[in-house]
Parts: sequence; C-alpha cells; structure tokens
Amino acid sequence: MRHHLRRNRLAVVALIVIVLSVMAALAAPWLPLSDPDAVNTPSRLKAPGTPGHLLGTDEFGRDLLSRLVWGARVSLIAGVGTAAAAMLMGVGLGLVAGYYRGWPETLIMRFTDILMAFPFILLAIAIVAGLGPGLRNAMIAIAIVGFPIYARLVRSVVLSVREREFVEAARALGSPDRLILARHVVPHLLSPVVVAFSLDIGAKILVTAGLSFLGLGTQPPTADWGSMLATGRQFVILSPHVVLLPGFAIFVIVLALNLVGDAVRDILDPRTHAA
Amino acid sequence: MGRFLARRLLHLGPVLLGVSVIVFLVLHLAPGDPAEVMLGANANKEDLDRLRVQLGLDQPLHVQYLTWIGHVARGDLGRSIWMKRPVLGEVLERFKATLVLTGTALFLSTLGGITLGIVSATRANSLLDRCSAVASLFGASMPVFWLGIVLMVIFSLWLGWLPASGMYAPYGGGGLRDLLAHLVLPAVTLAAASITIIARLTRATMLETLGQDYVRTARAKGLGERMVVWRHALKNALIPIVTVVGVQAGYLLGGAVLTETVFAWPGVGTLVVQGILARDVPLVQGGVLVIALSFVLVNLAVDTLYAWLDPRIKFQ
Repeated sequence: MRHHLRRNRLAVVALIVIVLSVMAALAAPWLPLSDPDAVNTPSRLKAPGTPGHLLGTDEFGRDLLSRLVWGARVSLIAGVGTAAAAMLMGVGLGLVAGYYRGWPETLIMRFTDILMAFPFILLAIAIVAGLGPGLRNAMIAIAIVGFPIYARLVRSVVLSVREREFVEAARALGSPDRLILARHVVPHLLSPVVVAFSLDIGAKILVTAGLSFLGLGTQPPTADWGSMLATGRQFVILSPHVVLLPGFAIFVIVLALNLVGDAVRDILDPRTHAA
Repeated sequence: MGRFLARRLLHLGPVLLGVSVIVFLVLHLAPGDPAEVMLGANANKEDLDRLRVQLGLDQPLHVQYLTWIGHVARGDLGRSIWMKRPVLGEVLERFKATLVLTGTALFLSTLGGITLGIVSATRANSLLDRCSAVASLFGASMPVFWLGIVLMVIFSLWLGWLPASGMYAPYGGGGLRDLLAHLVLPAVTLAAASITIIARLTRATMLETLGQDYVRTARAKGLGERMVVWRHALKNALIPIVTVVGVQAGYLLGGAVLTETVFAWPGVGTLVVQGILARDVPLVQGGVLVIALSFVLVNLAVDTLYAWLDPRIKFQ
C-alpha cells in the first residue's frame, strides 16, 4: 500500500509538471519572453543567470528560456499529435481486422507485420527521406510507423470480444455492425488503448526530438528541443548549457509522461502492476 | 525443430518481399523529380529527359520496382549519386562498423541487464533494487543522443579519459586498443536503455521463477543459493529474457543511427542520414535495406533460439 501511495505521489508530481509545461507552452505568446528567433550576436552564448537571460543565450544570442518554452509547444504538439494519429489509424484498422476477419484481416495484419519488420526509427527516417525533411513530414512518418502497435492490440481485444455472448445476442437481434462496434466492442477497447496511448506520448516526443536532432524534423530557425540540441552540439565545450538544457527539458517531460502513464496503467489494468 | 525452421523460413519470403516494396515505394513516391534533384534546378529539359531514361524513371512504377529488385537480387544496389561509388561496397564497409557497435552494445546490455536483474530479484526491495527501478525509469525517458553528449562532455572533454568521436584515431591509430577506447562511449550510450529494460524483465521473471515449487525443492535438497539461482531458476527464466534481448537487438540496430551521429561513428546510420541530406536515393535505399534485412534475420534467429529453449513452441 505504501509503495502504491508513493508511486501515486510521484505520478501527482509528474502530472503537475506536465500541466505546468502545457500551460507555459499554450501561454507562450502572452508570457513576458523575448522573441525566440530574435538574433542578437553580441550577446551570444551567455551563461545562465545573465541579466535579462535567466537561462543564458544560444550561439545566435537568442534567449534560451524563450526558445525552451516555445520549443515545448512543438515537442508537446508533436508527441500528442503523432500518438493520437497513430492511435486513430491503429484503432480503425484493428477494429476492421478483428471484427470482419477474412481478407481485410490478412491484408491489414500482413501490412503491419511488414512495417514491424523495420527498426522503428529507421522506417521513420526512410519515410522522411521520401517526403522530405520538416516537422510535418516527420510527424506523418512517426504516425505511420506507430500505428501497427495499436492495430495489433485492438485486433487482439476485438477477436475475444466478438465471440462473447452479448455480441452474439446483438447480432441475433439484427443490430447492424456499426451499432455493435460502437455500443458493444469499442467500450472494451477504451482501457487498453488509453493505457497504450498514455505511455506512447513520451516515446513519440523522444522520436520526434531524435529526427530533429538528425536534421530531419523541425527546420531552423523554429525552436524545438531536438534541433536546439543538434545545433548547440558544436558549442558544447564553450557553453555546455546550450546542449544540457534542451536535453534536460526532453528528459523531464518524458519522465513525467512515463510516470503518469504508469499510474494510468496501474489504475486501469491492475493485473499488469501485480505482475 | 527442422519443421519449425522450415515454416519460419517460408514465412520469411513474403516479409522480405514486403520490406523491399516498402523501401522502394517510400523513396519513389516522394514529391518532386529525382532527376531534377540530381541535376539541380537550372538543368535543361534535354539533360533531364536523358537522365530520366538513364535511371529508368520514364518507366511505370512496377517496371521500375522489378528492375530494381532484379538488380538487388544480383547484389547490385546501384551507384551512389553523392559518393560516385557502388552502394553495396560502401554500405557493407560501413555495416561492419555498425555491427561492431551494436554487437558490443548488445553484449553489454545482455550481460549487465541479466546480472542486474538477478541481483535485484535475489535482493528484492534492497537499495540496489530501488536504484535499478529508478535507473530503468530514467533509461526509458532519456534521449539517447543527449546521454551520448553528456558522457562525451564528462569523459572526453572534462576528464580527457576517452576519445570523443570516430572509430580510430586519425593519426597513429588502428589497433584493437584504439578501437576499444573509441568504442566505450558509443557502446555504453547505446546500451544504456536496453540494460534497464533487460534488467527489469529479468527481475520480474526471476522473482516468479524463484517462487516455483521446484526451486523450493532444490533448496530443500540442500543446494547452495548460487546453484539454485544460476543453474535452476535462470534456465527457466531465460525464455522471456531471450525474447526481450532479441527485441533489443533490433532496437539497437535502429537506435545506432542516433548514437553513430553523436559520436561520428562511421556506420550505416550516419551514411543513411548523410545520404538523405545529400538526396542520394540509391544510397539511402541500400542502407535502409541492409539494416532492415539484418533486423529480419535477427528476429528469425531469436524465434529459432526461442523454439530451441522451449520445445513446446514447435507444436503450436
């Protein structure tokens, strides 16, 4: 019990961190911050604590605090957006595969098998290579690469639910498939999908940051934690804070998301926790 | 076992075909004209048309695919536009470096993860066990490229103990010692997340196995704790561990792209990224195809090992 409470207390702290980050990201235009893209070469690479620049400046003299807050918008939108897109695609295809079976199932599941035959980030890189670098394309790539996990999860749940008596009864009463899916099958998906989604956002933020770090995601001068890390890398000897701060920001937000995701799993799926 | 392997090999065909179609399609359905990309915006129409015919871009897509896969089957991955060399030779050369890095990282994560997991399981809720739990949470949340930079700053720039980048020293290097010195930081960076995952799974599986009746019987017979843990419990706990190690092997192959970029490790990952930035389609195609093929083969090896460890699997 104590362990459970301590875990939840950690999750509460993590939730506060997430809420504060989201609020700061949403309120960025109204916060008293300098322009994140305003170049000011004379005050480049200033250390944290410099008057007017609480967290210092980067290689172009841009305010790091401002770039971190604006970068949070990009990272959070990318994380939530790609996880949501992957989830929607995966749930839709998983429902079709699990409920209708037959050739749609074979087609969908073989396609997911093939996508899963690639290392996750490599396939995302290959898709970005095809579509061209940029945040939008990176997000499309990550969503495509991410949907098979949801499709498999949803299919496996639907396969067991469709054989249950209440579904058979609904079918015998002449309910159309759409109604059976919406009223009797989808509610059973909520818990596993919410658990997977809550744990997925952090992973998606990491991959987006990774693609930006490789120069395939967000393009300069847009502030994004991954690209800030990539450009700051050249100045790591002179000013380690330029690299350490955006990396730390990614770490803290992903850690908070994982802690909350764990707590959601503990609440919605106690068996996993017990195991 | 033979039948299991035959069935798995049969299943491999469609997967390999699918992988080749995806690799071909993602790079050929791209917006824009590859000939224009190669010759630049100022090229005249005649030159563009000639290059399109030369590259086969005037053919329908399925003909282009069949031509390409025919060449791939003969070991011809085309010529790199950027390097002006055959892609296969370049990719295989770089693949050796990737194998050295991922192989070492896999070794470190398996050895470290299993040892840490066993120690955590035998001393559940101890300080070490709690540290391991915190480390696993950190490992899953830390961007691998950031960890690499932090390690590089500490061990190369501040302490000066290890080289910061490359596979060998540019001057006077080349020996095994030089390679090992260059390998430490990238391998540890790449292995960090996997160690924590393997450790947590080993801990959970070992705790479950240590609670089984046959372990109690072994203890009751008077066997030493070391014998009980390493000889009796670990053998049965190994099956799920092998699976996760296999999954991690694939993850390491993919994750190597980021680690290689941080440490300028001359592997396929850096080659693919350089190829993308140089818009070198054959090079990117070749690199992605080779990594994907090795990923598929690793999965096959894991499945086979799994069936060998647990003979019940082949009957399913």
